[in-house]
Parts: sequence; C-alpha cells; structure tokens
Amino acid sequence: MRHLLFAAAALAALASPANAETIAITGGKLVIGDGSAPIEGGTVVIRDGNVVTAGAGVAIPANARTIDATGKWVTPGVFAGFSRLGLSEVDAVNGTNDKSGGKSGFSAAIDVAPAIDPFRSPIAVNRSAGVTRAVVAPEAAGNIFAGQGAVMDLGSDSDAVTKARVFQFVELGENGAAAAGGSRSSSHLLFRAMLREAQDYATGRNAFDDELLRAEDAKALQAVLRGEQRLLVRVEAANDILRVLELKRDYPAIKMVLVGVSEGWRVADRIAAAGVPVIASALNDLPATFELLGATQSNIGRMKDAGVKVSIGMIDDRDSHQLRYTTQYAGNLVSLQKVPRATGLSWDEAFAAISSGPAEAIGMGDKIGSLKAGRVGDVVVWDGDPLELSSAPVAVFVDGVEQPLGNRQNRLRDRYRTPQEGSLPKAYEH
Amino acid sequence: MTGRFRWSILAAPLALIACSNTSEAPKSASADAPAEKPAKLNKDPYPSTYKPYPGVATAIRNVTIFDGEGGRIDNGVVFFAGDKIQSVGGPDTPIPADVAVFDGNGKFVTPGIIDIHSHLGDYPTPSVDAHDDGNEATSPTTPEVWAEHSMWPQDPGFSRALANGGITTLQILPGSANLMGGRSVVLKNVYARTVQGMKFPGAPYGLKMACGENPKRVYGARGRMPSTRMGNLAVNRQTWIKAQEYRKKRDSGKDYTRDIGMETLAGVLDGDITIQNHCYRADEMAIVLDMAKEFGYKVSTFHHAVESYKIADLLRDNGVCSAVWADWWGFKMEAYDAIPENAGILHNAGACVIIHSDDENQIQRLNQEAAKALSDARRMGFQISDADAIRWLTYNPAKAMGIDKMTGSLKPGKMADLVLWNGNPLSVYSRPEKVWVDGALLFDAADAKRRPVSDFELGQPGEGDVK
Repeated sequence: MRHLLFAAAALAALASPANAETIAITGGKLVIGDGSAPIEGGTVVIRDGNVVTAGAGVAIPANARTIDATGKWVTPGVFAGFSRLGLSEVDAVNGTNDKSGGKSGFSAAIDVAPAIDPFRSPIAVNRSAGVTRAVVAPEAAGNIFAGQGAVMDLGSDSDAVTKARVFQFVELGENGAAAAGGSRSSSHLLFRAMLREAQDYATGRNAFDDELLRAEDAKALQAVLRGEQRLLVRVEAANDILRVLELKRDYPAIKMVLVGVSEGWRVADRIAAAGVPVIASALNDLPATFELLGATQSNIGRMKDAGVKVSIGMIDDRDSHQLRYTTQYAGNLVSLQKVPRATGLSWDEAFAAISSGPAEAIGMGDKIGSLKAGRVGDVVVWDGDPLELSSAPVAVFVDGVEQPLGNRQNRLRDRYRTPQEGSLPKAYEH
Repeated sequence: MTGRFRWSILAAPLALIACSNTSEAPKSASADAPAEKPAKLNKDPYPSTYKPYPGVATAIRNVTIFDGEGGRIDNGVVFFAGDKIQSVGGPDTPIPADVAVFDGNGKFVTPGIIDIHSHLGDYPTPSVDAHDDGNEATSPTTPEVWAEHSMWPQDPGFSRALANGGITTLQILPGSANLMGGRSVVLKNVYARTVQGMKFPGAPYGLKMACGENPKRVYGARGRMPSTRMGNLAVNRQTWIKAQEYRKKRDSGKDYTRDIGMETLAGVLDGDITIQNHCYRADEMAIVLDMAKEFGYKVSTFHHAVESYKIADLLRDNGVCSAVWADWWGFKMEAYDAIPENAGILHNAGACVIIHSDDENQIQRLNQEAAKALSDARRMGFQISDADAIRWLTYNPAKAMGIDKMTGSLKPGKMADLVLWNGNPLSVYSRPEKVWVDGALLFDAADAKRRPVSDFELGQPGEGDVK
C-alpha cells in the first residue's frame, strides 16, 4: 500500500508542478546556509514556492500548514556544486549516458539542458538524500570547450531545468592539453584562437574564418565574451591555475570560476587577489596525476583562510549517481579541525560550501542555496546533523513542494528484506 | 579520480622485483641436482622478509574499545608489548609499571582496519599508463601471474590508507579483466624497499576470479572466448578440469612438468589458496557456488557482490562472505540493482559481511563506509551494534583471508595492530590519532615524523603534508 501511495504521489506531482501552499516548519535547529550559526528552535516559512522568512521568533501565517521539526535539523537543500546528474542512468550503457557530445563535432554550442532527464533514477536516489539542486556540466571530449551547463532541481516533476546555459565549461589542465593536441601550449593557443574566432564571428560573418568553431559554437561563446555567462575552467595544478588567472587578465570581461583546483592552496593568495571563485574537489589527497602532486584534504580550508570564495563540487567523481556524498565530504572537512596541522572548515562554513557557496559562485546566490527571503523553497528536514553519516532526511521540499522520498533502491530493499521466496516468487511481491 | 575500471587492456611487462637477499631464502627447485623423484615443491619462493619494527610497551586506558569480534568495552584498557596484544579488559585491567600509558578519554580503539580488496601498488598513483600493472589482460585465464610481481612499494596510497583510514593489513588483488586473474598478495601496511618487505608473514595466497561483464567484454571485443556469460563458465570449467588432472599428476609421484598457473589452481583444490571472486549479480554467484561444488573447492568471498542481499540465505548456508561497498551503484549494468542496505540485509540474515574499498580514496574511510551501511540497516529496523559494524572491517576480512588467528581482533596473543581514533570511528568527525602495526607506532597525527612519505613524494610539492 505504501508503494501505491508513492506512485500516486509521483503522478500527482507530474500533473501539478506548482504548489501555492504556505508551509511553516517550526521548532527545528535551523540552518540558513549562508555560513551563520544554526538557530535553535527556528522557523522557516515558504509560500508560493519561495522562502518568505527564516529565523527565530518568526510569525507563522494563519493559513500555513505547520510542520513540527522539534528535535530535527532544518536546512536549505544540498546544492551539488558540480555534477553530471540527470545525464546518465547507467554510465557504462552508452544509450543512457549523455555526459559527452564530443563526437558531434560541436563544442561550445553543446547544451546539456535537453539531455537532463528528471525521470532517471539517480534523481530520486539523490533527492531522498537531501540534494535538491545541482550544477550540471557537460563532459569534454575532443575539444577543450565541453559546452554549456545548467542548474537543475531534483523535484519529482517533469521540469528539471532551473536555468539552462548558465555557464560554459572548459578544460585547461591535463584533460585540456590532451583535447587540444597534446600540450598546454596548444590548449592555451586554442583557447585564445577560439575566442578570437568567436569575436570575429560577432563583428561580421565575413571575417569569421570558421576553422576552429562552427557557427553555433561561435554564437555560444558570445555570452562568455560579454560576461553574461560564466566560464567554468577546470584546472588542478598550481601552475595551470596561475596561467588561467593570466588569461583572466587578458579577457577582463569574462566571469571566470575555477573548478577542481586541487593544488589551489599553493597559490591561494593569487586566486584570492584575482577574486575568482572556486568550486573544488573536497577530499583529493593523492597524486592521481602529476597535476595533483600537492593534493591535500586541507586544500579547501587553506584557500578559505586565504580569502578565496571556495565551495565543494564532485568533479569527475561519481558525478552522475553519488551526489549524496556531498554531505559526507563536507563533514570530512569539519573533521580536519581536530587533526594537528590540518586545516578544515567550521561546521557553518562547511554547510555553506554545499549550499549558498556554489550558488553564489555560479551567480545564482540571490535565488538558491540559502533560506534567506526570496530564495527558492528548497528545504530539508533531517533526523540529525546533516553532515553526520547516521543522519537522513525525513522531509524534502523543492520549490516549496513536499517531495516523495521513495526510489527504485527502496523497492528492491523492501522486496528483499526477507531474502527468501515466499508463497509466490519474488516477482509477485510488489 | 574515480570510476576507473580495473580491466584496462594495456598489458605492461611484469615489474620484476630485485631478488631478496636473505640467506634463508629457500633454494629453487631448479638449483637441486636431478633427482629420481620430483623435488618437493617450494610453495613460498618469494618469502616475506617483513619484521615488526621496534615498539614500546603501551597501555591505553579509559578508552572505548571495539574488539573486532563484536565486543565493546567502555572505560577499557588495552595493553600491548613485544608486538602482541597482552590484555584487553575493563577499567580494573592491571597495567604494568614502566610502560607508556595514554589516556583515551573520549577516544576509541579498534583493531587495525583491514581492506580485503585493494589495488594499491598494482594500480598505484600517479595513475599513469606505465603504472597499469593490475590486469594481465592477454588471456582470459592467467592463474600463473602473482600480484606481488606487479607491486610498486612506493605507492603514495599506502600512506593515506594508514593515516586517514587506519589500514594495517590489505589484500592486493589482480584486476577483473580475466576469469582467473592471478594470485593476490596480503600486505602489512608498512612501507619497505621491496614487496617481500611488506608481505604479511604466513598469510595464505588468494586467487582472484571474476564473473560477469568484464571478462566477456574484454575478450569478446577481440572476437575470442568468452564473449558471453555462458562462455565465462565454460572456460572456467574446462580450466578446472585441467587443474584436477594436473593435481592428480602432481600427486602421482611420477615426473611431471611444472606449470605455475596449474600450481595455483591445484593449490585452490588443496584448500591452501582462498578464492576471492569478483561477482556482481546474485544469479551468477549461485552458479559459481555450484561450480565450486562441481570441482571441489570453496569460495571464500564474493567481491563487490552488489546483489548479495537477494541471496543472503544461500550465502549464509554456504559460509561465503560478501565484500561490498556501502552504496556504489549504477556505474555499469551489473551494478544497477545495488542498494545501500546490501550489508544490512546480509548481516541480518546471518551471512558474513565485509566492507571493502577497491578504491584508493575510499580505503581512507572504510570506517565511514561501514557507518553508512550500518545507518541504512538500522533505518530499516535491523538492530546492529556499532561493535558489529566494526567487525565488518576487522575480524570478518581477516577470517576471509585466513589470517584471523594472527590479526583482526584485540585478543591476547594476536598481533598488536590497532588504531586509536579521536572519536567514534563511525562518525564522520573522527580520524585516526595513532596507528600501531605489530606494536610499532607507525602513524601519529601529532608527530610529523611518524607519517610515512614514499620515495615518489620526496622533494615534491606537499612532501610530508597532512594529506
């Protein structure tokens, strides 16, 4: 019966994406998500899909549905700062994997939005772990420019894309060098040449020599050149970071965000001085490649201390299925505070790094990522500290709509709770 | 940095390890004068040269102890000396004079963590092609290869596993490109100049086998057998028949030509070498169990085993362990039905659970992976204690590798392999504070000198950093 209800709820959500309900979640340990300390006994009010107010001593509207969260934690939904969520059902099954469009011959023009599929099972799995919103990036193949990424929500409805074409993604480390013909010399040359061609395209079709870019790619880069669309640049090594910061000097209009940045701590002052935000891998600490020689889990903490605006993403790390690791990663950075010589984050900083931090990095901090007034009503009620391994969501709201928490994995779990055939085969237990 | 499948088709030459210079090294068979009867087989031609490093007799008191066998002692005492555990007990456990004493208030002690499935050293970092030494993917059955002959003892991953994960023992396996991938090697997580210097003394060998997608994909793509799951089984069965014949010949007392692959398979049939079988799907595991009965061997452990929960009763009844991740899923078709409650359902059914990593990152937080699996199990109503979950990382893998008489739990007489955690190891906020291997303090978070730095990292950015 529970399963029938789950199915019915899912269908209802499909039929009515918007919900004008007013909800007050009261009595919980309230986390705003902006780096401030949790508020005991706080209240958050959501109306028409958005946060109206959140804090202590908030007046509860008369028509509100009140949810008592006493003894629980109430936070903004987790915002996955870098992912390929919605682009893959089974990674190694090609027909279900839309991460890369590299064989198409297109590059910057590639747009992940039509490939983001809200009915893929990783959406429901990660939603039930408290992830409500994600940065979705294409995967580069055959070109340094991977294409345009989006921000999506994990709501159980048919409209997942919050905003398409939020950013352009470019690889300028080892991956970029490989895509550009084998060296960083060629990847930087390609970067400059492609942008120059895009400028030529904008100034008149005749001057456009059409060697590196197709017209659609050139069109797509206009928003980057004008600073209307952010440029997410994947780099890991200290030197690659510095050389990219030089590019930033040569193209002052470009709004750059660094992604990966495992050696960021070595040049943290320079990143801070450039004012470029960073979405970093949280726990890289091995020289997996020579561009990660200096990788350490203290990277994010050290960059933070140097004044870098840094948040957490899962870069080429289980990026389509396991965004539920985001809270665990943040918790690990908190654990470093107790390790001699290590640099971690405070709990409040760590939670901001998986909520408002990435939202601000991609220029959407005024709309998502925290429980400040006017932000989307993405709220999670947890049965304990959301960064702790024993905790889980008990209620999830996306755009102010309470979400079903069931998923395919739960169905398998329930079928095999008793792993023996009953009076009929397992196939009849549903 | 993840999701790299261990089935690369690149075949690199074996990294030949320099000869060990111990004078006690057994003579090889070929060095003996011709004899009427075949020379007695030397089963240990690359013997361990590992010796415990010097330790200080140490007691930790006022500490919470998870003993690795499901026991918990609050305000307990652990005392170890001369590389062995001497006593473990409550607050009244006597502590001899003149030993180092640590107060463990708010801290926890566990046995050293054991990872039954690692590729450190045979797929080391940096993950460059030249280091791609885990799969001899040139034939679907290569029982003749030994993982220890691919091992790079300078893999920086060993230090991370020690310092962040409290790993003291680990099994290095060949990859899963082949149906029979070769022998495993069990190591102490102690750096040495040679692999022999890391080998766990007295640990049995394992044979890595693999079901499912990987072998049929690797060889099917080359137009050769196996290209299907039925092909997988057929090649396996033909090979076991050859092994039975070889064993008969070996035991006949007559001359025979040695075959090092067949020696390994005969060692399995003798019960000397454990079977470590990569297998995802429940139906395939059931077929492997029948194959084991057909040829008279035992499967120690199914690795990855993401569908073990579907046949937990069968695995319990056959006494087979499942070495699982907490929650990996969806990266390939045979991992599609993986669920986070796999460990919990197995444990609840009375089957043996092991949490493994198969990953140079998650080996650094196997304790956290166990905590997630425990939490998901409790959420479905199963009563499992913290101490039982620690068993998934200590005693159970030790048993599955045949080293449980030596390590894997805090019992007097066992190796003093233990971790002092700065909080409950099942919390995301806890980290190892000190790690002892055979009573020697080999990691101390408070002492930068008690942190190993591999040759590769000397003179590099971040040398000796906290990582």
